[in-house]
This record gives sequence, C-alpha cells and structure tokens, in this order.
Amino acid sequence: MDLTIGPNAFFWTAEAVRAFYRAVAASPVSRVVVGEWVCSKRLPFWQDEIPGAVEALQLAGKQVAITSLALITLPRERRQTAELVEMGLPVEINDLSALRHIPEGAEFWVGPVVNVYNEGTLDWLARRGATRICLPPELPLDSVARLAEAGQAAGVAIEVWGHGRAPLAISGRCYHARLHDRAKDSCQFVCGEDPDGRDVDTLDGQPFLTVNGVQTMGRAITTVADQLDDLRAAGVASLRLSPHIGDFAAVAAAYDAALAGLPRLAQQLQTLMPGASFCDGFLAGQPGVARAAVR
Amino acid sequence: MPAPLPPLPLAPLNLPLSRLMRGMAARHPSILRRLGAHAGARILLDVTDAPFLLLMEPALRRLTAHRRSAAPRADAQIRGKLRAFLAMLHGGEDGDALFFSGELEIAGDTSVVLALRNALDDAELDLTEELVAEVGRAGPLLRGAARAIARQSGLTLSRQESLA
Amino acid sequence: MMELVCPAGTPAALRGAVEAGAHAVYCGFADETNARNFPGLNFSPEELAEGVAFAHRHGAKVLVAINTFPRAGAQALWHRALANAEAAGADAVILADLGLLAHAAERHPKLRLHLSVQAAAANPDAINLYAQAFGVQRVVLPRVLTVDEIRAINREIDVETEVFVFGGLCVMAEGRCSLSSWATGLSPNMNGVCSPASHVAYAENSGAQEARLGGYLIHRTPKGAPVPYPTLCKGCFTSPDGKGASQTGHIFEDPVSLDATRLIPALQKAGVRALKIEGRQRSRAYVGQVVRAFRAAVEAAYAGAPMPEGLLAKLTEGQAATTGAYAKTWR
Repeated sequence: MDLTIGPNAFFWTAEAVRAFYRAVAASPVSRVVVGEWVCSKRLPFWQDEIPGAVEALQLAGKQVAITSLALITLPRERRQTAELVEMGLPVEINDLSALRHIPEGAEFWVGPVVNVYNEGTLDWLARRGATRICLPPELPLDSVARLAEAGQAAGVAIEVWGHGRAPLAISGRCYHARLHDRAKDSCQFVCGEDPDGRDVDTLDGQPFLTVNGVQTMGRAITTVADQLDDLRAAGVASLRLSPHIGDFAAVAAAYDAALAGLPRLAQQLQTLMPGASFCDGFLAGQPGVARAAVR
Repeated sequence: MPAPLPPLPLAPLNLPLSRLMRGMAARHPSILRRLGAHAGARILLDVTDAPFLLLMEPALRRLTAHRRSAAPRADAQIRGKLRAFLAMLHGGEDGDALFFSGELEIAGDTSVVLALRNALDDAELDLTEELVAEVGRAGPLLRGAARAIARQSGLTLSRQESLA
Repeated sequence: MMELVCPAGTPAALRGAVEAGAHAVYCGFADETNARNFPGLNFSPEELAEGVAFAHRHGAKVLVAINTFPRAGAQALWHRALANAEAAGADAVILADLGLLAHAAERHPKLRLHLSVQAAAANPDAINLYAQAFGVQRVVLPRVLTVDEIRAINREIDVETEVFVFGGLCVMAEGRCSLSSWATGLSPNMNGVCSPASHVAYAENSGAQEARLGGYLIHRTPKGAPVPYPTLCKGCFTSPDGKGASQTGHIFEDPVSLDATRLIPALQKAGVRALKIEGRQRSRAYVGQVVRAFRAAVEAAYAGAPMPEGLLAKLTEGQAATTGAYAKTWR
C-alpha cells in the first residue's frame, strides 16, 4: 500500500500553493493529483502555479495527475475540462461528464466523488480506460474489499480516502458566499478567508460540518490510521491523503512510517494537528462521525 | 367542590376494541405485511378529546384502552384531536400536513409511526365500514348513525371520495 | 402535451394518481433498490404487476425507480429488481448506477431506460455519455438548473428531459451526497434513505421543541410551533467566522419546497418533455390533490391558457414554496 496526495480542496493563495507542492515533492508519497476540483472561479488566482508544481513533483519521482472539477456545469468549464486532456497527464475525473473529453483507450483516474459502489461500475470504467479509482469515502470495508479484489482482476488500482475532511456534498449553490449574504456569481471569493474551510456547528454547540465554497465536508478529519491492517488485507493499493493547512509533508511522512510498521499513528496525527478531531466511522459501517476503530 | 367522578370502567372496552383490530387485520392483510418488523411495536394513541388513551399492538392484533394517569409504556406516540386522526385515516387530509401544522404530534420511534401511516394509507380504511363488519345485522343502523354523527360533529367517520 | 409523471408510494397512491389524471406514475420496490426506501412504503413484485395492469387499463404508464447504487457483492438484488420490473410490464426503469445501466442495456435490451436525477447529469456531456453508452431515452434533470440552462441543454441533446415541478427540494448534487451517512451511517446512495426516521428523535427541552438526527440538533422551534422533520440539509445551524462573529440560520437550505407551476409554460417552450412531481413518501390524499392540480396546469399550458396559482399552499412543507433555481434568483 502506498500514498497518494489528492487535489487541494480549499482556496489557497498562489504562494501557499507553491510552498505546499515544494514541501510535498520532498515527502514520501508515490503520486500527487493537482488542479482545481471545487470551484472554477478560483483557477485564475493560482493556476499559474500548476506547471511548476508538476515539474517539481515529477523531478522528485512522483507520478502526477490533473483533476477535473467535481461539478461541471458552465460552457467554459466544459471547455476547460477538454483542455485538461492536452496537458499530457492522466486526468482524474471527479465529474463523470469529463469522460466525454477523454479519448477511448486513454488512461484516466476516477476521483472520490464519482460513484463507484460495485463491481459492475468498476468493470465498465476499467473497460473504458480507468487505471486508478479512489472510492467514495462513505463505503464500508466490505465493499472496499470486494472492489479491491475486482480492481486487481481488472488492472485498476483501488484507493481509499485515508486522511482529510471527507467531501460529503457538492452543489451549484455556494454556501460560503451565502454565509456572507452573497450569491455564487458575486461571491468576492470569500472562501479564500478560510484555508481549511469554515466551521458549521449545531445550535447547541456541537461541531458538525465544514463549508468550503460549493462543497460541504465533514468536520472531524476522516482517518484510516487505526484501520491500516484491514485495508492492506483487503488489497487496497493506496491511501488518499487530502491536503489541509499545516505541515502536510509531516502528515504524509507519519502515514508512510505507519505503513512501514511504526505504531501510534493516531497520536502522531493529533500532535501534528492539535486543533483537529478525528473519525473513522465510514469504513466501519457506522456514521462517518464515529470513532469506531478501537486501539 | 364536586365529588370526583368514579373511575371509568375501561376493561369492558378492550374486548370490542381488540375484536375490531383482529377484524381489520383479517380484512386487510397488507397492513401487517407493510408494518414488517415494526408490527411488534407498541403505539400509543393519545386522542386528546377522548377520556382515555389507546394502545395499539399490531402483531398481537390488540387495541386496549388505558387511563391517562396510567399511561402504558410505548415505542411511539401519536397525539392529536379525534378530528385529526380520523381525517388522516380516511384520506381526508395528508398526514404530513397534519404533522407540519402541529395538529398531530409524534414522539418516540419515528420509523414505527411512518410504517403505520404508510400501511394504513395504502389500506384505504373506512372506520365506519370496519365497525359495520363487526356488528352484523346492526350494520345499516350503525351506518345511519355514523352519517348523522358526522354531519353534526364535522368528523370524517367514513372514507371520503377523493377531494378536489 | 407534456407528460405528467406522478409519485406512487403505495398501490393506493398509484390508483389515486392515475384516477387524478397522471400520464405516468413512478414507484419502487420495497427494498434498498430505490431512493425512497421507507418503512411501510413501496411495492412487492405482485403489487407492481397489479399496478401496471391498472395503469395500462386507464391509459397511463408506470416507471419503476431502481435508482440506488448497487452494493458490491449484492448486485443480484438490483438485477432481480430489473427483471421483476420488466416481467411486470413496466414502461421504463429509472436508473442511476453505471454498472446497472450497463447490465440493463445488455440483458434487458427491450426495457426503456430513463436516467434518474440520482445520476446528477447536469450538463449535455453527461447526458450524451449516458445516451451513447446505454441508450438512455430520457433524463431527469437536477432540480438546480434554470429554465435557460434547461433550454440550452435541450439544444445539445437528443433524449427527452423530465423536470421536477413540485415537492421536496434537494440542493446538493443528487446521488452524490453523503451528509446523511455522515450523521447516521445510512445514505440515499447505499440504502435508499436520507435522514432516516430510524435515527430521528424529537424532544422537548427547556420549553423548545427539538428535532435531532443521529444525535445532532437539526431544528429547534418554540413550543407550539411544529418542529420540521430533521432532514440534514434543511437544518438550522450556526457558523462562526473565526473573527468573533457568527451566522445562524438555514446555512444550506430553507425548509421550503418547490412549486414551479407558474414556470410550466416556460418549461414547455424550453423543450421539456415531462414534468415530475416529487413525493412517493406522501399520502394518497396529497398525491390526488397535487396530481389533479398539475394535470389542470399541464392542460392549460398546452392550450396556451394562464396557470392556476396557489391551490396547493397547504400541502407544501413549512407552508412556503419557492420556484427553486428555475427563476435564477437563487444562485
């Protein structure tokens, strides 16, 4: 089992992006997905960083892929999606419609917000050219194991959401803008004020969800820190680590060390992300918020 | 201060009530089937303008009356005026609308209430006809009485034709 | 005339919808193969066959929703649902899963395929992909598109479009939402339920009524004001801005529902083939009233006459309705 760093979900400055990929290039991950998967309005502010990031990562021996948006609706977004294919990198589709722009037989990856729940869907995508699929975070271990087995038979690497606030929903409406009494069309890019997303609590003060532009995420960090053996036994090829602010290279290194056998990953993560809480309910077939695995 | 009313003799009610339940279950087997696992639940019906509570136990085909002061344990409760219960049962008003407006309140296991509501909605019950089926030759008399009571009280005692 | 597609949660509701003027009804089996997998709801294979016979006798069609995402290792349940739907004489099945669409196209070539809103096909590329790959003949469009967007989509596709005009609103990309499983472990995709009753609790707390989902407070109303069902995305939450202030309210969506009656003529002009009423979980009474009203509206639109308005206010959740995204004041 190895490590993939997924595309950053948040709206970071160009400088922050540059620093992030410089650090990640030096981290022990096998591959990195770059690009914008949440909101096309953000791209003009940081897309110039992408070629440099790709180069740095490839020089460091990482495989690099470019992601599509998770929700493609506008004509210009459809055009941008078509242009992704010309970058010469495997495209990770996070909206199924992106497949329309990928030539038959060309290699592509499937991201965590495209629905791959069963063998039939996996086989169809494999026949179409998929070589890597990151499964939906809400899948329980039993499904993961069956899909990992089907993946092996079909020559598709199966990834599991290994670290990060889980993407729970995507919308045409921008909830970040709404919090500032604006609409998506006139958002003034307020999501940039919250580089790890904006907290949503219940009325009685329980931390619950996170808003990130048009995306709604969990609040506790979903981690498979206590489920590594199960995933390895299931035949999962890679863990997907989703970027957050902080020393992410150290987070990646901690997972890498754990995969090599070093214990107490959960405690290390808590130290690296002191304000965060963690959960792993989805894989255990429980509510996603639950801390199910016992250590 | 007036002397307190003597306690209601409720036990005699349980016989005809449960007979009604058994009859309904026999005439409408789909109700229990739709309830599925929820048939084993105890559902308390608090008809606020009635002098007693009703406990429904579908799997046991039992309907019993209870004093308000001695409310039995139940998995779910539905509370409202008789008018609201009858309107929902007879398809005169939508159950969700009655809940949203607060005319019917539910508590406890919501799945049980949902299963019951869906099962009864599909069964298209007519309470008057159910009672008529139980009273044999007194049927026509009962129908007539029900119509008169319905007219006077405004209660929907029978299933209406679909409303406009 | 546009086809009016109406919800049938039970055989009684199916008969009610057909008698009230539905051109087509849609329903599901009593298991997790459809996205309204509620206790006591839906059809057995026998009830479906009877329902289809009834509908056909009255000149109406039946569409069977098999629109959840089959579970790995358990696809047989969904395959059986397809076979049962075909055997019952269904006029079409409504699917969302790629694997199931592939299976249907291959094993049930005569079965007409509709694409569920759960496939979240929001642009012509997606729709054409499904049309080309599986021979899908109709797509149910996401509820978050404007009339202009719908018109633009119709220009780029050959398949029919079906659009929601009344009932519950879902603001997230449908079939791609894990909010429910975050809080309860059960999701529309996997289990056919959203914010399931099994995880709902109502309580009175210091004079207020509270509705919780999976233990999380979703709604709170003062005593006397009925508390809405705790559908997660319709909840009332608070969001601190990290600078000392916070916003409290319906962060995601107000608990209103859709009533696009007045946009029916525009939808007709935009090339929409069918209008869909949401509400398989609603009563026979609700369905009858709504179908009757919308049949009148569809006939009026066909005749170029004005739309009847406001007939249905009492039935809409929270007693307030919206035209949703269609009129583009929303985004």
